[in-house]
Amino acid sequence: MSSAWKIVADLPDPELPVVTIADLGILRDVTEDDQGRVHVQITPTYSGCPAMETISEDLVEALLSAGYQHVDVEFVLSPAWTTDWMTEDAKQKLLAYGIAPPGAVGHGGAVALPLSVRCPQCGSLDTRESSRFGSTACKSLWVCRSCHEPFDHFKAL
Amino acid sequence: MSTPSKTLGDYVLGLADDALVSAQRMGWWISRAPQLEEDLALANIGLDQLGQARTLLSYAGQLEGDGRTEDDLAYLRDEREFRNVWLVERAQSDFGVTMARLLLFAAWQSELYAALASCPDPTLAGVAGKAVKEVAYHLDHAARWVVRLGDGTEESHQRMQAALDAEWPYLDELFRPVEGAVVDPASLHPLVLARIEPVVAEATLEVPQVAPARGGGRAGLHTEELGYLLAEMQHLHRSHPGATW
Repeated sequence: MSSAWKIVADLPDPELPVVTIADLGILRDVTEDDQGRVHVQITPTYSGCPAMETISEDLVEALLSAGYQHVDVEFVLSPAWTTDWMTEDAKQKLLAYGIAPPGAVGHGGAVALPLSVRCPQCGSLDTRESSRFGSTACKSLWVCRSCHEPFDHFKAL
Repeated sequence: MSTPSKTLGDYVLGLADDALVSAQRMGWWISRAPQLEEDLALANIGLDQLGQARTLLSYAGQLEGDGRTEDDLAYLRDEREFRNVWLVERAQSDFGVTMARLLLFAAWQSELYAALASCPDPTLAGVAGKAVKEVAYHLDHAARWVVRLGDGTEESHQRMQAALDAEWPYLDELFRPVEGAVVDPASLHPLVLARIEPVVAEATLEVPQVAPARGGGRAGLHTEELGYLLAEMQHLHRSHPGATW
């Protein structure tokens, strides 16, 4: 694994700073040629994700300040990002941050049924979805009936 | 004689404009939706559509070969150069109408993107493979509201039926032949109906028996209301050329 990969992989997600872009599966590939040029491939979580431009700027800056002279960033759409690419470690970090992590993606392309999402605060399964769309496109909004706290749930995609 | 990349470019531009104009109409609801959660939902749905539109516009510009960027295409074209269908462009201020429209539009986009996801064009397949998962949430959202309002009170039932009647004439335009089409629009008709009709039935509503609207958006013919939408959407970019955040 190249050192450029290491630098880029450690960058935090701008909206979920507890996880890195590698944890989330946004970082697809980093290649270095023998002249020291770095080519980075990232994929958006959602087509309209406004964090992509910030991520791109962050990683160019990180690589330039690490001494790389030429960096280019490519957005790749295919294969489409899925929450299944998120590492187990990332899911634990999200949970500790107060965001219920996504479950596995169901097959058949239908919207995953929000069966039971565990409250990240008190661990209760007695929760209800209050909105399918939360503070960002990738999250839905839930309320716990046991501790009465609202929380975000990272939707399976 | 138009070249294959010109006709493909026109087709892609039509799909891009559908998503772009719909996104702009969704944005109108921010601060006006019946509840805060709905503000968030409609904003997020619009954002997904805008994301799809951006990639499609960039691709349309590339196919055209005159160096026009996504911004040039979104902000510097006049009404007659837009290729979106009438379904998405008309002004709306009734929540039921917006949900009826989203049901029709998301049902169509679901089938369209599902078909495009396996087409031989890698860019279209890439956009579609991503978008099809997002649109599943849009369709689900619209379907839940249509059922809740349709199978709600007498008042909400009546208004949801009126909203569906108002939007239904615009469905037909989505299935008319388009030059350069990668997926035959007519082939989507039965698939889209199969998605919509069960929702309408569950909502205790009737499938409207209404004549199709004239349409013509794919040829650049639009209703008056698109002009007002574009004036608002484009005014900043045109007043301050090159402005950035």
